[in-house]
Amino acid sequence: MYEISVLSTTTFGVHAEGLGKRFGDLWALQELDLEVPAGSVLGLLGHNGAGKTTAIRILTTLALPTTGRASVAGLDVVTEAARVRTKIGLAAQSATVDGLLTARANLEMIGRLYHLPRAQARRRADELLERLDLVDAADRLVKTFSGGMRRRLDLAASLVASPPVLFLDEPTTGLDPRARNELWELLRELIRDGATVVLTTQYLDEADRFADEIVVLDHGRAIAAGTPSELKAAIGGERIAVTVAAPAELAAAAAALAPFAEAPPVDDADELRVTIPVRGGTRLIEVVRALDAAGVEATDVHRREATLDDVFLTLTERPAVGEGVAA
Amino acid sequence: MIASTRWLVSDSLVFARRNISHVRQIPEKLIDVTLQPLMFVLLFAYVFGNVIAVPGGSYREYLIGGIIVQTLMFGIVGPATAIATDLTEGIVDRFRSLPASRSAYLFGHLIAELAAAALGLAVLVLAGLIVGWRIESGPADALAGFALLILFASVILWLGTLVGLIVRSPDAAMGLIFVVIFPLTFLSSAFVPLAGLPGWLRTAAEFNPVSTVAAATRTLFGNPTAVPAGAPWSLLHPVPAAVAWCLGALVIIVPLTIRRYRIRTAG
Repeated sequence: MYEISVLSTTTFGVHAEGLGKRFGDLWALQELDLEVPAGSVLGLLGHNGAGKTTAIRILTTLALPTTGRASVAGLDVVTEAARVRTKIGLAAQSATVDGLLTARANLEMIGRLYHLPRAQARRRADELLERLDLVDAADRLVKTFSGGMRRRLDLAASLVASPPVLFLDEPTTGLDPRARNELWELLRELIRDGATVVLTTQYLDEADRFADEIVVLDHGRAIAAGTPSELKAAIGGERIAVTVAAPAELAAAAAALAPFAEAPPVDDADELRVTIPVRGGTRLIEVVRALDAAGVEATDVHRREATLDDVFLTLTERPAVGEGVAA
Repeated sequence: MIASTRWLVSDSLVFARRNISHVRQIPEKLIDVTLQPLMFVLLFAYVFGNVIAVPGGSYREYLIGGIIVQTLMFGIVGPATAIATDLTEGIVDRFRSLPASRSAYLFGHLIAELAAAALGLAVLVLAGLIVGWRIESGPADALAGFALLILFASVILWLGTLVGLIVRSPDAAMGLIFVVIFPLTFLSSAFVPLAGLPGWLRTAAEFNPVSTVAAATRTLFGNPTAVPAGAPWSLLHPVPAAVAWCLGALVIIVPLTIRRYRIRTAG
């Protein structure tokens, strides 16, 4: 397979200082500081309503910040908004392509709106259809596309002008596992090409996979920031979750699990479940034996990767909630 | 400045092309400006027309000016539903993140809809000629007539754009339009002379700007206007009144629309 360079590079990345956005009485985003060096990937991690989309909208000049300032590719997003728009590509959450046009017509139209000459817009559309594996569907109406194909086209649309800075707002939300894997493959290639990327996601593993630096957002505020390994060190890696038969057994299960835990156990009385961040090198069989020895009647014991919910449980010591301000 | 004007024009044409491509996918979008006016011509010329008397001429000569105005009025549906649809689908965000001129999106819709209105106008002129309507005035007046109709169409399309930017869904746009546009169109001199209407209804219809524009169109095309004696100034001098109505409406609607577009898409 031949490689087409899809991105140009920039010496400036993305920079934000005290960024905030208020809608009426609600702060959707508060005091966000970001430093994304050129060629690196920032993961904005958080639930719906955490402020991820608001941050993206400000950085892509779709919304004005209430407080603070930000620059993209060295240009101020408020005072130099028009020039910022020549430097960015955006793949928004809602897969914003035109369902009543073909894939090719969508890309050509976007090329023209980036002010590429007609022939160049056409050539670029062909390149991207090839690159994103949409050649067979190029002349089909986009409304007939599957969710995964639509996202790929949306990503292609964000690449039309070879922008040095790319904003991807939840690129894999709502995709089935196969489509997600395909999209991940694409993201990996883009990042290898040296793109400066701001990626939002609700999935810890996605941020872990791609980001050089992760900022965790909760109710509009950054509650943690660091490299994936720093974040993991702070929250622990794998979890062991034990489901018991009756509420009375929760305490006994927590006590039996304590020797294997890196941090205090968390119990969920509704689900009759105790979860611990597990110490490295622990074998599941030892845990089961310990539970048995303590006389705990466990209906399920399993080991899993840490999720965004675990991040919140650890960082905020309260259950994560999905609702909040619309982002 | 010149460069940005050039981009405004070329970006607007890119958006207009997008809207025209949509028609290729949904040809029924053109029913409003083709079959529907033809249906009105047939219905009124052959069914209702036999019982409607027009002082100073034949009903068919009277009718066409009215149907043209009615068709342009109903053209409000086009931009209203198209823009409401775009907004519910979030594609406007994509457009606003591009270096293209931001108002080009609105102008693109207007250009495409004006093209549709011009098509409707052509269909009606042909249909009118077939049922016996003629332009009886000189070429200068006839041209002025068409210019007035295009001006009126622009007012309606800007208004439709404003409606599209206000409502929450395309269906709501349709609802709002039919509650306002239907009575405004039919309670006018578009289809029937006003002399026969009872007192207060007649007064309302006489002051209705749709009556003014219909009378101005008939005047410029040399058709009977059937304006009764004692009608208000706007009907006795329909051409300047219609131009004033249209320009006045644009002065109010255009800034409101642009402001609404900013508010609706920011934040």
